[in-house]
Amino acid sequence: MSNQKEIKNLKTFSTAAERFEGSHVLCPGCAHSIIVREVLNATNDNLVVSAATGCLEVCTAIYPHTSWDCSWIHIGFENASTAIAGAETMNKVLRKKGRIPADTPQPKFVAFGGDGATYDIGFQFISGCFERGHDFMYVCLDNEVYANTGGQRSSSTPIGASTTTAPAGTVSYGEKKNKKDILSIMAAHGSPYVAQVAPNKWKDMVKKIQRGFDTEGPVFINAMSACTTEWRFKPDQTIEASDLATDSLVFPLYEIIDGTELNITYRPKNIVPVRDYLAFQPRFKHLFAPENEHIIEEWQKRVDARWEYLQRREEARV
Amino acid sequence: MNSKQMELNTVEVWDGNMANAQALRQAAVDVVAAYPITPSTATVENYASMHANGYVDGEVIMVESEHAAMSGCVGAGAAGGRVATATSSQGLALMIEVLYQASGMRIPVVLCLVNRALAAPLNVNGDHSDLYLTRDSGWVSLDSFSPQEAYDMTLMSFKISEHEKVRLPVISNQDGFMTSHTAQNVRPLSDEVAYNFIGDYKPLNAMLDFSKPVTHGVQTEHDWHFEHKAKQHAALMASKEVVKEVFEEFEKVSGRKYNIVESYGMEDAEVAIVCLGTTYESAILAVDKLKEEGIKAGVVAPRLFRPFPLVEIAQTLQNAKAVACMDRSAPGGTVGALYNEVAGALFNTSARPVLRNLIYGLGGRDMTINELCDIYRDLNKDAKAGKLTGKIQKLTGVRGPELSFYEL
Ligand SMILES: Cc1ncc(C[n+]2csc(CCOP(=O)(O)OP(=O)(O)O)c2C)c(N)n1
Ligand code: SF4
Repeated sequence: MSNQKEIKNLKTFSTAAERFEGSHVLCPGCAHSIIVREVLNATNDNLVVSAATGCLEVCTAIYPHTSWDCSWIHIGFENASTAIAGAETMNKVLRKKGRIPADTPQPKFVAFGGDGATYDIGFQFISGCFERGHDFMYVCLDNEVYANTGGQRSSSTPIGASTTTAPAGTVSYGEKKNKKDILSIMAAHGSPYVAQVAPNKWKDMVKKIQRGFDTEGPVFINAMSACTTEWRFKPDQTIEASDLATDSLVFPLYEIIDGTELNITYRPKNIVPVRDYLAFQPRFKHLFAPENEHIIEEWQKRVDARWEYLQRREEARV
Repeated sequence: MNSKQMELNTVEVWDGNMANAQALRQAAVDVVAAYPITPSTATVENYASMHANGYVDGEVIMVESEHAAMSGCVGAGAAGGRVATATSSQGLALMIEVLYQASGMRIPVVLCLVNRALAAPLNVNGDHSDLYLTRDSGWVSLDSFSPQEAYDMTLMSFKISEHEKVRLPVISNQDGFMTSHTAQNVRPLSDEVAYNFIGDYKPLNAMLDFSKPVTHGVQTEHDWHFEHKAKQHAALMASKEVVKEVFEEFEKVSGRKYNIVESYGMEDAEVAIVCLGTTYESAILAVDKLKEEGIKAGVVAPRLFRPFPLVEIAQTLQNAKAVACMDRSAPGGTVGALYNEVAGALFNTSARPVLRNLIYGLGGRDMTINELCDIYRDLNKDAKAGKLTGKIQKLTGVRGPELSFYEL
């Protein structure tokens, strides 16, 4: 892992040969496209990419068009991980058998899935791939909702969010459960590298992606992907929404190496109250009604406790 | 091949699962992704043992479910190599979503399907519920009636699947237990002859060919979806000729002749049954017995289940006066699938025989030669009367009061 690649600067990034073309129909302001572009541009190696059914897939490969200037496959909603595991295994076999010449550079294998595809329906498949130790990077585009089907809850949807299947109403404040702690679960699989990233902290993101690419074995990246349509902010506010998430510590940026070493990679200079993060997004609007204010307090307490926990773990190196 | 040579005798005693595994070994499959389920488990166990002992140089991925098995096969196949898996029943039901994705993406995959009943009630024995579940999935589907045939069909499946005019996944069916667990004499080809017969894998639009990036598994709307499906159907229909060619080539290397519709006694048959799987072999014995009684009986079995050989079935049945279509699957509120298919084949012909539908053998219940003889005798009554003497559908061999349905 010492051979970490130099992080390109913004200028080099903007002039790098694009592997993810702008010719897609993702919503203007969709963070998926920013993240995917930066993941693909973080390496010059050949890429084999799979995508789960979801916004990314339906908006970037509409026949006869494609945004992908690299090997790409979509099979279904749940199996992007297993698809790439199959391709990765085939690569090994064809090299062993000499059908791919030994001097052909090794490609990198990447699977993308939304939080629905990752936390829910595809979880078994990802778990299987990680347990078997396939050499690939799984990137979850975590917008905390099933966006492609119009805004239903997933097990990544945070408490208090109003979604179409967990709507806020006269007797409900919306989603009742806290977001699943996917990073801990993936680290517990024995993954050599797991990390949370966000597109507003792009240098941190690219550094982690490159580390992920340089790591052998299954790597998990949870990328916060602000969704203008479902979180209901204006398309030009994507980075602002992401800033609020990372600066309020609602979405802390950290990495776990070999399931033990935890590093916090971003410490906001001025920690923003969770209230500000919530106030920015109409999906939480109803929480500011007097009868729901306690949810905001709970949020803040949980975020504080989590931050405390992460810092302790970082110090303790366990 | 970098693998160790396996010494084979001219005649081996193999059951259907071993026959599958040996065919996979000789095809030098690159990736096998699989998950165990009775009665197909031993196909992968045998293969894994060959892998563990250096007789194959591909990779075995023991995934966490059948859905993942087929997903892994599609990913590995799209990457550019030869892939295979095996399953039965609930496993097939779990992977069915991906069957459509494999055929829609035109990825050659070979699936050894060891036919078994679908729950509930849970039952591990052989019937054709799972085979019928694959009907509209866009796969070529071949049927074998013995371990020898299972070996031959699985070998040929690779050649058919990868043929440039086909590029579609193929199912090699065999009856659970009746074939999969019955050891019989099998005459294998030598490794060299078998491998050369199938040929090297020629990748098309391989994800591992970086000179030409390719997008697999796109999204389509009404503007293109129909064209994609039409072309896929056309390829599946065209595969019939390829199957015939492959059967002919196989006869040259093995001396064993296969037809897309197998039949026995049909030259002068007045009464006939149409069936799938091992029942064919029992029916041959019944036919011989009935000939002695003066009943002109015959039996027809489509070896190619998909694409369904409508024309060949109609031709084979053209002189029959009464026909029973035997469906080894719970009918689910209509006549059996095979009945429907055969009725479809006969409807536009001038000689329309009386057609019965018999539901039989569910969950592995035996169909004896004596019972088959009784079926022929009933058919003979229909043939003599020139019309149906009972209801269209009968559940034969079921305990309790007689169950017959669909009166004209
Ligand atoms: C087996 C299956 N179930 C349901 C669906 C419908 N479906 C397609 S995309 C999707 C939601 C995607 O949500 P997520 O994974 O969070 O990705 P996003 O669209 O938010 O990027 C659903 C429910 C499907 N395609 N396949
Ligand atoms: S709905 Fe959200 S995730 Fe989907 S394309 Fe639009 S902004 Fe992106």
